[in-house]
Amino acid sequence: MFDATPRNLKDARREGLVRILFLLMTALLVLPVLLILGVLVAKGGSALSWDFLFTEPTDGMTAGGLLPALVGTIWLVVIALIVSVPIGIAAALYLSEYAPDNWLTRAINLAIINLAGVPSIVHALFGVGAFVIFFGFGTSILAASFTLAVMTLPVVIVSTREALQAVPQSFREACWNMGATRWQTIRKVVLPNSISGILTGVILEVSRTAGETAPIMFTGAAFFLPFLPESVYDQTMAMSLHLFVVATQVPNVPDNLPFGVALVLIGMVLAMNAISIAFRTWLRRKKKW
Amino acid sequence: MVTATPEIRVQNLSIQYGEKVALAGASFEVMPNEIFGIIGPANSGKTSFLKVLNRMDTFTPGMRFSGTAEVGGRDVRSWRNLYALRRRIGVVFPLPVGLPLSVYDNVAFAPRLAGVRGKAELDAIVERCLRRAALWDEVKDRLKALGSLLSGGQQQRLTIARALSQEPSILLLDEFSIAVDPVTTMRIEDVLKELKQEMTIVLVTNLVQQARRLADRTAFFLMGECVSVSPTEALFTGDADPRARDYVEGRFG
Repeated sequence: MFDATPRNLKDARREGLVRILFLLMTALLVLPVLLILGVLVAKGGSALSWDFLFTEPTDGMTAGGLLPALVGTIWLVVIALIVSVPIGIAAALYLSEYAPDNWLTRAINLAIINLAGVPSIVHALFGVGAFVIFFGFGTSILAASFTLAVMTLPVVIVSTREALQAVPQSFREACWNMGATRWQTIRKVVLPNSISGILTGVILEVSRTAGETAPIMFTGAAFFLPFLPESVYDQTMAMSLHLFVVATQVPNVPDNLPFGVALVLIGMVLAMNAISIAFRTWLRRKKKW
Repeated sequence: MVTATPEIRVQNLSIQYGEKVALAGASFEVMPNEIFGIIGPANSGKTSFLKVLNRMDTFTPGMRFSGTAEVGGRDVRSWRNLYALRRRIGVVFPLPVGLPLSVYDNVAFAPRLAGVRGKAELDAIVERCLRRAALWDEVKDRLKALGSLLSGGQQQRLTIARALSQEPSILLLDEFSIAVDPVTTMRIEDVLKELKQEMTIVLVTNLVQQARRLADRTAFFLMGECVSVSPTEALFTGDADPRARDYVEGRFG
């Protein structure tokens, strides 16, 4: 009665096969990441030094460091976050917690999802028209950051909304039944329970913002500008554009330089992510979930 | 006999979700300090009726109602401050909802909303409500523990404590014993019998015997119609509506 039937055996075999298939796919996913990191470290590792990080480029960008690009990218990312995160979270709160479920809301949701898929070069042109020319920011850090912010807003909204909707509806109903307003419910129950999901979205956005090239090329990033920016109205170098330039636009660049720049860019994104993850963990521990 | 003002009075109350009618033309009264049972099969409009009393329709897309529903002699639609109306009415759901806050914060939630800030005062409210919900002895040493991690039966009593912390004059219970073991159910029923001294209780239940144990009067809802309202015992002995008789005797459907 308890012996395995041929059918059981077949099921077990299939289970094993499926498991191995999925494992292989996961390995396929990890492999390129490891390869990229390996190649970068092997080819660019020799370029890394304190001087590389903390001096300006010299000799027509064939020598020296990348400090202006590093600082420029930090400016761009930080300002883009300051603009897009509050707006994105507020919009997501409205769409998830307040908006009635009607055709307008559905149209807005659809538009946001489509907006997330607009190619970044299109955002770049929008940025030129809106921020550089119409608002008169000129080609500047401000214009470039705003362009990045507009580009990443849909991502923030979508990921925040998903984090909010993961909070069980019964929590909200319990609060409403006690006479809480929507805002009190959001502040005391919904946000504390979705903050880590919201931060995950923000982390993704940091990585994307730091790496984007097209949106900043026409709006504020400079080809070669060996000074640190002094205000948000200055142009600046940026890591992503700098990588493009030294890899393809400048003759006689030592082999390890572009790889070194790429390595620093990746390291920077990882560092920013690490900070956000640490913050998220700290928030969770504080709330004891 | 003293003629008291009814605590709840509905007249010709109809509830719709979009085109779908959940309750059609119900009229009855619930007296102060009464346990009023509502029985009937699923989709009879029992929960919808509860939602009208504290105006949850404002949070429910597509839900509309017509006719009158009065709480404390006042039409629920005339309350400017719906939050005050809701604070007056405590609600207990079928599935216990322990908010992901500490046990203490769960019970202190409503008082804090009402503006109570002093720690001593909050401590007193929390202890009193937990005691009345027969939960204090089990949680007094772990008030800082997460309310959502208590067992189902404890969470349901936590929900009751939370409802009591609003100092409601009406307590609505919507099939509170669905996810609760029989022993806890009995304890909660004892709690309800005591609470009856101080407030009006509306008990929606699937368990006919629970209505019989607790309710002074019971309404029988069927497919959106309030078929009958009578003293509970009359459902079992007297000449109740034949459909109600069939239901309580298990010959339904």
